[in-house]
Amino acid sequence: MATATVGATARPTSPRRRAGARTTLTAGSSLGLGIAVTWFSLLVLIPLTAIVATSAGRGWSGYVDTLANPQTMAAIQLTVGQSLLVTVINIVMGTVIAWVLVRDRFWGRAVLDVIIDIPFALPTIVAGLVLLGLYGNGSPIGLDWAYTERAVLLALAFVTLPFIVRTVQPVLEELDHDVEEAAASLGAKRLTIFRRIILPSLAPAIAAGAALSFARAIAEYGSLVLLSGNKPFSTEVVSVRVLSFIENGSTESAAAVASLMLAVALFVIVVLDVVQRRVSRRG
Amino acid sequence: MVEVSTPVKWLLRVLAIGYVFFLVAWPVTTIVRQAFADGLGTFVEIFSDEQAVNALTLTVQVAVQAVLINLVFGVGISLLLVRYEFPGKRVLSALVDLPMAVSPVVVGLSLLLVYNGRDGWFGEHLEKWGVQIIFSGTGMIMATCFVALPLVIREVVPVLTEIGDDQEQAARSLGANARQTFWRITLPSIKWAVVYGVVLSLARSLGEFGAVKIVSGNVANQTQTATLLVEKQYQSFDQAGAYATSFVLAFVSVLCIVVVSILRPKEHH
Amino acid sequence: MSIEVTNVTKKYGDFYALDDVSVSLPTGQLTALLGPSGGGKSTLLRIIAGLDTADSGSVAIEGTNATKLPPQKRNVGFVFQHYAVFKHMTVAKNVAFGLEIRKTPKAEVKRRVGELLELVHLSQFADRLPSQLSGGQRQRMALARALAVEPSVLLLDEPFGALDAKVRKELREWLRRLHDEVHVTTVFVTHDQEEAMEVADEIVVINQGRVEQVGSPDQLYDEPANDFVMGFLGEVTRLGPVRLRPHDIEVATTPGRAGTFPGTVTRLLRVGFEVRLQVELEDVSRDGRSATSSTTGVGAAPVSVVLPRSHARSLDLELGSRVWLTAAVGAVTVPAMVPAVVAV
Repeated sequence: MATATVGATARPTSPRRRAGARTTLTAGSSLGLGIAVTWFSLLVLIPLTAIVATSAGRGWSGYVDTLANPQTMAAIQLTVGQSLLVTVINIVMGTVIAWVLVRDRFWGRAVLDVIIDIPFALPTIVAGLVLLGLYGNGSPIGLDWAYTERAVLLALAFVTLPFIVRTVQPVLEELDHDVEEAAASLGAKRLTIFRRIILPSLAPAIAAGAALSFARAIAEYGSLVLLSGNKPFSTEVVSVRVLSFIENGSTESAAAVASLMLAVALFVIVVLDVVQRRVSRRG
Repeated sequence: MVEVSTPVKWLLRVLAIGYVFFLVAWPVTTIVRQAFADGLGTFVEIFSDEQAVNALTLTVQVAVQAVLINLVFGVGISLLLVRYEFPGKRVLSALVDLPMAVSPVVVGLSLLLVYNGRDGWFGEHLEKWGVQIIFSGTGMIMATCFVALPLVIREVVPVLTEIGDDQEQAARSLGANARQTFWRITLPSIKWAVVYGVVLSLARSLGEFGAVKIVSGNVANQTQTATLLVEKQYQSFDQAGAYATSFVLAFVSVLCIVVVSILRPKEHH
Repeated sequence: MSIEVTNVTKKYGDFYALDDVSVSLPTGQLTALLGPSGGGKSTLLRIIAGLDTADSGSVAIEGTNATKLPPQKRNVGFVFQHYAVFKHMTVAKNVAFGLEIRKTPKAEVKRRVGELLELVHLSQFADRLPSQLSGGQRQRMALARALAVEPSVLLLDEPFGALDAKVRKELREWLRRLHDEVHVTTVFVTHDQEEAMEVADEIVVINQGRVEQVGSPDQLYDEPANDFVMGFLGEVTRLGPVRLRPHDIEVATTPGRAGTFPGTVTRLLRVGFEVRLQVELEDVSRDGRSATSSTTGVGAAPVSVVLPRSHARSLDLELGSRVWLTAAVGAVTVPAMVPAVVAV
C-alpha cells in the first residue's frame, strides 16, 4: 500500500538561485564553455576591441579629422550609397528569385538553385576576375565597366546575391497555403493576397537578408580589388581605404575607419537577433 | 496555393533567370574559356611553377587547419548554446554571428593590432617568447578561422534545436555517459549538418583574401596563398596565370556547393 | 518500498511544479501518476529518473539514495511520450543500445534483443529503421529498449499520449498484460483517468504540485478524499447540498419519498446505451417550505443525470417531463462547495 504525506505547512526556504541567472551547466560543459569563450575572445572579441581602443588613441578630434578627410569621406559616401542601392536591388530581385525557386516549376530550376550559392563559395578575388571577364576590357558583349562606379555596384550585387534569396526561400516554402486560399475564398485578388498575406510573412526574412546583404556590401574588399581600380574620389571603397592606411603604417587612421565598419556590423547583428527572436516568438 | 497569371509567371521567371545568368552564370563560364584559351598548356605551367604549387599547398594547409579548429569549436559552442542555459547566452549567440558581418579587412587589422610583434597588445610579449603570429602560418590560420567561424554553427544549431534532447535523455536513462551519448546519439543525428558546415567552411577558407592579405605579409613561396597569387599575377600582367589559378580555386569552391546541394535533400527524409 | 520520494520541491521561477511531495511506491506494482496537465506529475517522474533535479528533498530507489545520482547510474527505464527513438539506428540496435553501453557480450546482446522483440511483437521488424514503424510500434520498441537493461523501475511519461484512440486502448491492455508477465515496478504518468483506472494497481492523484490522494482505482472512485479527486475521476453534478455522480441519481416521475427534488427535463440526449438528462430544479425545498438557493441549488447549473436507455424508456421521459430526483442509496457524495465547482 502506498502512502503519501502532503506538507501543507511552511514551504522550505532553502536558498534558491535567482531567476534569470539560471544555469544548467555541468562541470564538463562549464569547462567547455570556458575554453570556447577564451578562444572566441582571443580570436574575435579582443582584436575587435583593439580596433575601438586604437581608433580612440588620438582622441575625438583626431578621430573626426580622419573621417572628415575628403578622400575618406568620398570612400564612405561611395560605399554607403552603393551598398544601399545594391540592397534595394536585392530586396526586389532576391524576393523574385526566391519566389521563382519555390513557386515556379521549370526545367533547370535545380541548376538555378545551385548557381545562387556560387557567389557565396567563390573566392572574392576570383569573383572580381570573372566579372572582369564579361564586363571588363575586351568584354564579349561590348561593355567596359571596369574601374567605374558601375563596376563597384556589379561586384557588390554579385557577392550579396544569395543573402535575401536564402533567407526568404525557406519562409516561402513553409508558408501555409490554406491562408492564401482562405483569402482567395474571401474574394481577395492575387495582388491583394500577395501584398496583404504573403508579403507580411516574408517581411522579417527580407529584413534579415537585407541587413546581411548591406553588411556584406559595406565590408566587401576582395572582389573590388581587380574590378574597381580603386581610384580615389571615384571608385575607392572604405575597405580599400583601410587597407591603404595599413600599408602606409597609419594604423590609427585605419582603426578609425574600421571602427565605423565595425559599428555597421554590430548594428546588423542586433537587427538579426531581434528579427530572429520576433519570428521564433510568432512560431 | 494561389497561382499567378501566366504572363506574370513568365515575366518573373525570365527576370530571375536573366539576372542570375548575367550576374553569375555567364561571368563564371568566362573563366573556363579564359583558363583554357591556350588549351591545357596553362595548367601544365601552373603545376610546374614552383610559386603556384607552393601557394596552392599553403592554401590547402591553412584552410584544412582552420576548418578543423572551426569544426571542434563550432560543434562545441552549438551544443552549449542549444542544450544549456547560462548567463550571457543570448549575447554569445548573437556575437558568434559577428564574423559574418565584419569586413575581412577589419578582421586583418584587428588581428594585426593585437598580435603584431612590434607593438601588438599580446604580440610584443609573444615575440619575446619566440612566438610569431603575424606574418606566419598561425596568423593566417587565425584570420581564416575568424571569417569562417559562424558557418558550422549556423548549420548545426537549427538541427540540434529541431531534434530536441529526447534521444539524448533516452540514452542517458539507458546508462550512457555524456561522452557515449555525444558519440553514439548526438553526433550521428547532426552529422549532415556538420558535413555541410565543414564543406562551406572549406570553400570559404580556401578563398579568403582580404584578412589573409593583411596578416600574411604576402611573401612569395612563404606566406602567399592562392588568392594572393591571383592578385599578383593579374597585376603583373600574367592574365593567363591569374585565370588558371582562379580556375583551380573556382573549380574547388563550385564543387563544394554542388556536393552540399546533392547531400542536402537527404536530410528531409 | 521500491521508490521513496521524500519532501521533494521543484520550482520554475515563482511557479511550484512540486510542492513538498512525498510518495512511496511499492515494489512490483503498476502505479499511475494521474492529474491535469501542468500539475507536476511529469516533473515528479523526471525527478525520479534523474532527468530533472529537485530543488530540495530526496529520492531513493530500491533503498539506495539516488538524489545525487546522474540518470545513467539509477538503473531506471524511461519511456518518453514522443518515443525518443534513435532515428539513425535499426529497431534491433535501438533495443541493444543499453546493453552495448554496459559492454554486454555480443551473443548475450543478440539473445536478449531477440527475446525482447518477441515480447513486444516486433521480431519481424528488427532490421527496420524507426521511421518505417507506426506510432504504436515505435512506442513498443521504446518499451523493449527500456526493459533491455533490466531496470529496477520502469517509468513511462504519458506513454500513449501521442497515439490515436484505438491504438491507445490496445496498448493500454497490452501494457497491463506485459506488466503481469514482467513484474517490474512500473510508474506511468497520464492525464486520462480512464487509462489510470483501467491499467493501474495504484493511483497517485497529483494537482498543482501536491498529492491529492493515493489509493486503488476503486478506493479513489468510491471514497474520493476531496472535491478535486471526485471531479477528476469522473463526471460530477450537484444535487441540492451534495455533489455526486450523474449515474448515482434516481429519477422518478411521481413525487415519492421525502428528500426528492422536483424539476423539469430541459435537455435529453441519447449517447449509445445511456441517456443524459439535464434537469432544472424547481424553487421549492424538499419538504415544501421555501428555502435559500444555497441549499436547493436553484439558480445554479442544471443537474446532470445519466441513466440506462431502457430505464429512461420505461419512465417515458421526454423534454419538459416533470421528474423527482433522489440521490441513490450508497451513492458517493461530498458536500457541495459554494460556489459549486464545475465538474470535469
